[in-house]
Amino acid sequence: MSVRHALLALLSEGPKYGLQLRQEFEQRTGELWPLNVGQVYTTLQRLERDGLVEPDSSTPPAQQRRYHITPVGRQELDEWLRTPPPAVSPPRDELVIKVMVASRVPGADVQDVIQAHRRRLVETMQQYTNLKAQAPEHDVELALVVDAEVFRIEGMLRWLDTAAARLRHRAPRPATDREVSTTGRRVARRVVRR
Amino acid sequence: MTAVLEMRGVSKVYGVPPVQVRALVDADLTVRGGELVAVMGPSGSGKSTLLAVAGTLQTPTDGEVRVAGRPLAGMSRDEKAALRRRVIGFVFQDFNLLPGLTATENVALPLELDGVGRRAAHAAARELLGELGLADRAAHFPDDLSGGERQRVAIARALIGDRRLLLADEPTGALDSVAGETVMRLLRAACGRGVGVVLVTHDAHLASWAHRVVFLRDGRIVDQTTPPAGPESLLTTGSAG
Repeated sequence: MSVRHALLALLSEGPKYGLQLRQEFEQRTGELWPLNVGQVYTTLQRLERDGLVEPDSSTPPAQQRRYHITPVGRQELDEWLRTPPPAVSPPRDELVIKVMVASRVPGADVQDVIQAHRRRLVETMQQYTNLKAQAPEHDVELALVVDAEVFRIEGMLRWLDTAAARLRHRAPRPATDREVSTTGRRVARRVVRR
Repeated sequence: MTAVLEMRGVSKVYGVPPVQVRALVDADLTVRGGELVAVMGPSGSGKSTLLAVAGTLQTPTDGEVRVAGRPLAGMSRDEKAALRRRVIGFVFQDFNLLPGLTATENVALPLELDGVGRRAAHAAARELLGELGLADRAAHFPDDLSGGERQRVAIARALIGDRRLLLADEPTGALDSVAGETVMRLLRAACGRGVGVVLVTHDAHLASWAHRVVFLRDGRIVDQTTPPAGPESLLTTGSAG
C-alpha cells in the first residue's frame, strides 16, 4: 500500500490535519507501519500538486492547514482500490523446482521430499493460527493479515498434495517424447525461472 | 496431563485374503488430556479407520488401544457403549443431531441414556450450551439453527458429562471459514478443560489449529509436526518451505 493512497483513504472520511493523518494512519495499520511527519507533508504536497486534495478554505489562516479530498482524488482512490495488485513472483517457485528436481534425481524419494516441505509449511501455518487463536475474536485487523498468510501457505500445500498424487500415478515417459505444446513449455519455463 | 488415548502397533485389515485392504498399519499414537491432535492425510489414507478404532466402533486386527487408561481389548459391547456415553465424544461433519429434539434435549441425551434424571440432564445441557454461547438457542430445534450453531450444539453433546476424549471427523466440513473458525476455537477451549481432542481432516487450514499434526499415508503414520516455536520466530524467518 502506498502512503499516497492511504492518506487519500483517510481524507475520504472528511477534512484532516497533517498530524491527525499521521496518528490515524498508525492507528489503522495496528501501528505496524510507523510514518514520519515529514513523509505526510511531502505526500500531501504531491497530492495537492496532482489535484487530488485541496487545503480547506474554511481553515482560519492562523491555524494548521486542513486538507480535503477532491472529486478527482475520490476517483483515483476508487480506481486504486479496484486495481488488482501486480502479480509478484510467488515464493512457491523454488518449491516447484525442488520437487521437479527430486522427481528426477536417482535415489531421491520425491514423496519424502514433498512430506518434508509439507511438514514445514504446516508448522508455519500452526504458528500463524496460534497468533489468531490467542488474539481476541474481535481483532479483525490481525485476523485479516494472518488469514492472508495462512491461505497463501494453504495454496502451497494444495500444490504439494496435487504434486504427490500426480507423481504417484505418473505414467512412464514414452521413448519418443515429443513436445506437444510449445507455448505450454514456454509458460512453464517462465514459472520456474523467475 | 495423562494420556486419554494410547494406540500401540494398531493395524486394521478389512476383507479376507486374497482381497484385503490394510487401512491402518502399525499405528502408534498418544493423545494427552488438554491436547488437540490433528490427523491429516488424503482420502483413503486411513483417517476414518483410525478414528473408528479409537472410538471403539471398530476392533483393531492387531495392536493395543487404551482410552482413559482402560484397554479396549476384551471389553464387552455394553462396556464399550458405556465408554462412548461417558468418556468419548464424537463430532461428525453432518452434525447428526436428532431433528425432533431441541438443542437442550439433544445435548442432554447422552446423560439421560446413561440414567441421569431428566431435570439434572437438562440443567447440565443448558449450562454447557450457555458456555458455548448458545443460551438463547437452547429451546430451538436443529432446523431453526444455522450450520455453525448446529455444530456447536453437536460439540456440546460430545462434551456433556465428564468426557475425556473428543473425536472429530471433518467437523467444519460444510461450514464457511469464519463459522469453521468458531468451531475450532471451541475445540481448543475444550482442550483447556482437560479434554484430549483428535481431529481428522484433509484440510491443512483446520489442522493448523492443532497443537500437533500427525500425517497419515497409506494407513501409516509417516510424520508429525514438532511443537511450533513462539510467534517471535515469524519475525526472523520466511514462511516458504
